[in-house]
Amino acid sequence: MLRLLASREALLLGAIAVLLALIATRFPAFVAPSNLAGVFNDTAPLILLAIGQMIVILTKCIDLSVAANLALTGMVVAMINVAAPGVPVVVILAVAIGLGTLLGMVNGILVWKLDIPPIVVTLGTMTIFRGIIFLLSEGSWVNSHEMSPAFKAFPRAEILGQPVLSWIAVLAVILFAVVMTRTSLGRAFYAVGGNPHAATYTGIDVGKTQFWAFTISGALAGLTGYLWVSRYAVAYVDIASGFELDVVAACVIGGISIAGGIGTVGGALLGAIFLGVIKNALPVVNISPFWQLAISGSAIIIAVAVNARASRSKGRIILKTAEHAA
Amino acid sequence: MLMQTDTQKDTDLSPVLELDGVTKTFPGVKALDGVTLRLYPGQVTALVGENGAGKSTVVKIMTGIYQPDGGDIRVDGEAIRFPTAQDAARAGITAIHQETVLFDELSVAENIFLGHAPRTRLGLIDWATMNAKATEILRGIGAEIDPHHKLHDLGIANKHLVAIARALSIDARVVIMDEPTAALSHKEIEELYELVEKLKAQGKAILFISHKFDEIFRIADRYTVFRDGQFVGDGSIAEVEESDLVKMMVGRDVAQIFPTRTSQIGDEVLQVVGYEHPTEFADIGFTLRQGEILGFYGLVGAGRSEFMQSLFGITKPSKGVVKIDGQVRVIRSPADAVENGIVYVPEDRGKQGAITALPIFQNVTLPSLKRTSKNGFIRLAEEFALAREYTQRLDLRAASLDTHVGNLSGGNQQKVVIAKWLATQPKVIILDEPTKGIDIGSKAAVHEFMAELAAQGLAVIMVSSEIPEVLGMSDRVIVMREGRMVTEVSGDDLTPETLVRHAAGI
Repeated sequence: MLRLLASREALLLGAIAVLLALIATRFPAFVAPSNLAGVFNDTAPLILLAIGQMIVILTKCIDLSVAANLALTGMVVAMINVAAPGVPVVVILAVAIGLGTLLGMVNGILVWKLDIPPIVVTLGTMTIFRGIIFLLSEGSWVNSHEMSPAFKAFPRAEILGQPVLSWIAVLAVILFAVVMTRTSLGRAFYAVGGNPHAATYTGIDVGKTQFWAFTISGALAGLTGYLWVSRYAVAYVDIASGFELDVVAACVIGGISIAGGIGTVGGALLGAIFLGVIKNALPVVNISPFWQLAISGSAIIIAVAVNARASRSKGRIILKTAEHAA
Repeated sequence: MLMQTDTQKDTDLSPVLELDGVTKTFPGVKALDGVTLRLYPGQVTALVGENGAGKSTVVKIMTGIYQPDGGDIRVDGEAIRFPTAQDAARAGITAIHQETVLFDELSVAENIFLGHAPRTRLGLIDWATMNAKATEILRGIGAEIDPHHKLHDLGIANKHLVAIARALSIDARVVIMDEPTAALSHKEIEELYELVEKLKAQGKAILFISHKFDEIFRIADRYTVFRDGQFVGDGSIAEVEESDLVKMMVGRDVAQIFPTRTSQIGDEVLQVVGYEHPTEFADIGFTLRQGEILGFYGLVGAGRSEFMQSLFGITKPSKGVVKIDGQVRVIRSPADAVENGIVYVPEDRGKQGAITALPIFQNVTLPSLKRTSKNGFIRLAEEFALAREYTQRLDLRAASLDTHVGNLSGGNQQKVVIAKWLATQPKVIILDEPTKGIDIGSKAAVHEFMAELAAQGLAVIMVSSEIPEVLGMSDRVIVMREGRMVTEVSGDDLTPETLVRHAAGI
């Protein structure tokens, strides 16, 4: 099955390569390394959120509030920056991650302690978070000229030729790949989604594990909130509106099972990159926005169909002769 | 002339439905071996037998869900086949199951007529007729239920009446009631008895399946006893004693072979004092020593699993103390139980056992990750070593420990679950119905293994509803009835009769 997962990711990698090759026939400059690095940098927020979402989906939940969390955290740090331009970026980062974590914990507590279905909880908090932004900002924007240069410079600063934003995505991928495969919390996420009853009998608290999933998703959304407003140098009520659907789409394309229990950080990464390539490439090859949506949508359905087939094709091993062939 | 027919009716009534030499084999198990069953109009026949005697299988054959491999089914003396459940219904045979299959969101009338609703000329459902007919049928059984009500507004007893009304709506001649009183209160049971009397008076033949002797003697006219899929005897209730029935139920010609137990009984590991739950069980107290197998016997629904779940920290008891190695321990969650050396292998392994989407090694080490981790990180080499050690001990055959558990056969999945628990190095292992639904060969393997665990000094609690297994494996047996611990039996008192008597409350 590790091999099967690996092949599922290999398949996605192949699909991305084919996509790039097709684009290259019409617009060769797109596949230049510098442009690809730019595409990756553009996709970094989606990657960060997809990792968090993946963990939530693994535990049979869904987090629709990620984009609203991002927007609220982004607005709060932008307003802090306007009010006190001297506050160092480290503190801003800590506030963003801390606030995001807190918002994620709210989702987690509601799911854990009150047993409300996650889709309802996060649909509610999504609206509430947007509402709070409006209350805080009174509907006004925080614009580029109001932000301090240090605040705006952080995600763009280059290390080894690549922007910090990209490096943060890379670090998050590595960090969570380790957490998911090498810690008991990571293992618990899979167990809870794979078979909640069995997890309970194994001594894993299902609700608490789901709480941690929402907390991680919130923390990543908070971090992305700061990166987003500083990179685009603007904060307002509707930033990243509807972005939660892209995040869920990235997970689904990346082979994360909506039924829970199946998925990897690598899958979420590739799913996000696939969507990122489509979003960046289609405008340059002059495809109308309508077709962009249709192509993204088709990609989701094809990915789910392929994953469903992959998990169906193999039978159970009952024959003695099959035991060693598997 | 009239007098004569009456006498004839009483002496040699001919059966409405008759099973003769019916056989049914499932892979590895002979569920029914040439059984005979006769149901007479206007009479209640009680079908008696232990779990696994073949009662449910015979019901499924009578209602067209299973096809017999051999033997005859006769209705009014004519051989007949029921290729589908509809065919059985058309012949007037209907069953009311233990857990009635009804639809909460539909109205009472819809539930009664689902699948055979009266139609108008346009082919639409004729609501007026349906509601009128539903009222009529409900009145006929003495139930004052508005047919317009949604089913979820009714209590369990009224739901039962709706199920009965549904059964009668197809103009049944044979009514099968499978443990109909299991979920009912005392008063509701009385009402059910009255209803059975009414059905008798209407000339219906009733098959009444029950574990409770008091109700069998109260309402049945005849009895039929099955044991291990075979017909043991039948006759008139008036001519039989309770003790005869018990003997017929448990008497065995072929003794199953159980492993010889070689355990050294050691120190006391577990002591439970005064365990109570507001609704599920009360007054449970016992001790358990190393190397011992303690059986928990009772009828289905006696509260054994519920108590075990509480002991394992899944539900909270309202009262009670647990001592492990003489120390009082508070068990608030399954994690606490595992920490304290108590593990629980639940009955429904599919739902509660393995995590099929994870590979074997991750399933085995799931509760033991603390031991294979350092500084919060799992060390894969140690994790594999642990998984290998315990899967080898259980002789688990699989290509590699990377294989996903979902790809394994049922028997191997069970081994993964047991390996998982042994890897936690428990003191007490609770096995809930460890051999339910598995074939005789695998049963023997599980029994061997259980004896081996005890021989290694583990204290074993075995919940089982199979008398031979309880007797063959246990050092002592606790019998539970209706949520209470009735008695503890050991030594020479361990006989089938004692267990059945205490469990049934005779």
